[in-house]
Amino acid sequence: MADLATEAAVDPANWTCPAPLRDQPVVVMGHGGGGALSAELIEQVFAPAYGNPTLAALTDSAVLDLGGARLAFSTDSYVVRPLFFPGGSLGDLAVNGTVNDLAMSGARPAYLSTAFVLEEGVEIDVVSRIAHAIGAAAEAAGVTVATGDTKVVESGHGDGVYVTTAGVGLVPDGVDIRPQRARPGDAVLVSGPIGLHGVAIMSVREGLEFGVEIASDTAPLAGLVAAMLAVTQDIHVLRDPTRGGLGASLNEIARASGTGVRLRERAIPVPDEVANACGFLGLDPLYVANEGRLVAFVPPEHAEAVLAAMRAHPQGAGAARIGECVAEHPGMVVVATGLGGTRVVDLPLGEQLPRIC
Amino acid sequence: MKYIDEFNDPDLARRLLEEIHATATRPWALMEVCGGQTHSIIRHGIDQLLPEQVELIHGPGCPVCVTPLDVIDKALEIAARPEVIFCSFGDMLRVPGTDRDLFRVKGEGGDVRVVYSPLDALDLARRNPGRQVVFFAIGFETTAPANAMAVHQARRLGLDNFSLLVSHVRVPPAIEAIMTAPECRVQGFLAAGHVCSVMGTAEYPELAERHRVPIVVTGFEPLDILEGIRRAVHQLERGEHRVENAYPRAVREQGNPAALSMLEEVFEVVDRNWRGIGRIPASGWRLSDAFRAYDAEYRFDVTGIRTEEPAVCRAGEVLQGLIKPTECEAFGTACTPRTPLGATMVSTEGACAAYYLYRRMADGPAQRGSRIPREELNSIG
Repeated sequence: MADLATEAAVDPANWTCPAPLRDQPVVVMGHGGGGALSAELIEQVFAPAYGNPTLAALTDSAVLDLGGARLAFSTDSYVVRPLFFPGGSLGDLAVNGTVNDLAMSGARPAYLSTAFVLEEGVEIDVVSRIAHAIGAAAEAAGVTVATGDTKVVESGHGDGVYVTTAGVGLVPDGVDIRPQRARPGDAVLVSGPIGLHGVAIMSVREGLEFGVEIASDTAPLAGLVAAMLAVTQDIHVLRDPTRGGLGASLNEIARASGTGVRLRERAIPVPDEVANACGFLGLDPLYVANEGRLVAFVPPEHAEAVLAAMRAHPQGAGAARIGECVAEHPGMVVVATGLGGTRVVDLPLGEQLPRIC
Repeated sequence: MKYIDEFNDPDLARRLLEEIHATATRPWALMEVCGGQTHSIIRHGIDQLLPEQVELIHGPGCPVCVTPLDVIDKALEIAARPEVIFCSFGDMLRVPGTDRDLFRVKGEGGDVRVVYSPLDALDLARRNPGRQVVFFAIGFETTAPANAMAVHQARRLGLDNFSLLVSHVRVPPAIEAIMTAPECRVQGFLAAGHVCSVMGTAEYPELAERHRVPIVVTGFEPLDILEGIRRAVHQLERGEHRVENAYPRAVREQGNPAALSMLEEVFEVVDRNWRGIGRIPASGWRLSDAFRAYDAEYRFDVTGIRTEEPAVCRAGEVLQGLIKPTECEAFGTACTPRTPLGATMVSTEGACAAYYLYRRMADGPAQRGSRIPREELNSIG
């Protein structure tokens, strides 16, 4: 290109790097996005500070031996905006999220705690509506809110209402469900259409209108898991693909187990409204958050029976077999496109960013 | 799905592919101009399905990638000011400036907001009269009319706390620059459909004639792209070099007259720097004198910016179609989406990011010569 500046000759020994993301000195939004930045924060900050073999498993809930019982234990904070959205509220999420984290170990959730951080100036009515949503969601999930806490921060130091829930449940004998147990040959099942929660939140948070109302999929999954375990206790992996979506969850499983995952793009249930919204915004449905879906790795001999049990349950009516666990490309998720090509589904860096055009 | 599935039909795609395979008798190199097309090609694995003779070269059409470093540094400086609400499309937030990015500025307390339209930024200005609202107006002919409209509205509403940081670029001068480069290998173009939906196709016949290259206006769904390739290869095999519109559902020859008149009123054509490429004559827009009051570069004193690009980064050569991303020594090693050296690795439309995200099949982070063996393709799914 004669009249244009050209790049300097490549000299790897002397390159200067302007990359601002190499060492993040401050927390950025992506650290909470459930992707690579979240994982680095855990690996580089939290694990060294209080790491132990139980924590190192990095599962949705820890499974602990306590007085002869196998206890699943989990905690999570909920900071969603807006507090109420189509299909649910902060209260629903705070219950279902923790219940689902317990269920992903195969546990029967039993008790929850709730901790509120309230910002000065929030209407009591708002707090009451969230509390009632928590009560209703707990009843629907079959768990008891056994203890709680409330703090208030000055106006401008919070975002209305934050809720943290912790929960415990019992893991039945003979059940051993964790990402490390994925095996080549396992069928990869998803319990229903993906992306509804993330798109529902975006539609109200950003004032985007997609022509149809999209409701969050938030729901408790412990009943669905019990129905699956009634078919076989030999379910290898369960994961609820929340932040980071299906793409992040499958990457975490692939990395934890040292196996690969092969998906068939056309088998993945993506609702039209999610596909359209994602197309409009330049997002990939595989990375959009869910709150009422699970992904399961099931030995092939049980796959069809488990799939049938899922479809017979209200929370699994749209279940589908979307791929397999493979020995090739360990740690990597690959999708066969509808046209017959392939692409890698990587762990997202942080939150997805809408494209310019 | 209505309007999408029709352009993603595997049977139709197979037929188009068979025709391309049957038509191509010699090696041909086509450039898809637009980053959105690159993204779609890689996302759907289209390049793996083409005959060996048909090579796709990725063009400079990623607006995030080509925004110059000095403009990004200006954005960072403006965004860090306490009186400013800095609004941007999402994918600009992660693009590295000289020593940080907009996410970092946000993390350090800057009021940086993702918007989906410049009119959202205008609304913020209306609701925050005590703040300065700046919109980062980057992009090609596609985004420019809406940005022009925002400025127009700001003046009509008397909003003097709204301004644009403008870095708009134009496609035809870039095609001209690519074709006049001595190393140029491009023999045909898939022109960006959405650009043509605004600008029409009037600028292309002269380019096609002078450089003797077919230019096929092409959309973004898989079948759009395959049809564009089919038509371009067909012309090349016959020794033709015409402008064809393979995206008639969106593109008219005369473009969008309302958008064009808005552009003409608000912007004027200037020379512009393209990141990684250099200065291209008449390749950009800036606000015209009548709207200079809404130009953030004039409103905020951001002169004296000193920038330095990493020497190892070959994004410029990628953007000009001179090398594939995997031919860069830093690809997948020193340069990843986590540690990007150049904007082509940051933007989801960037060729390097597209290759990195969708094409790593080996155990290691990078796989050179990334064409996936046919047997691997067949064994999947």
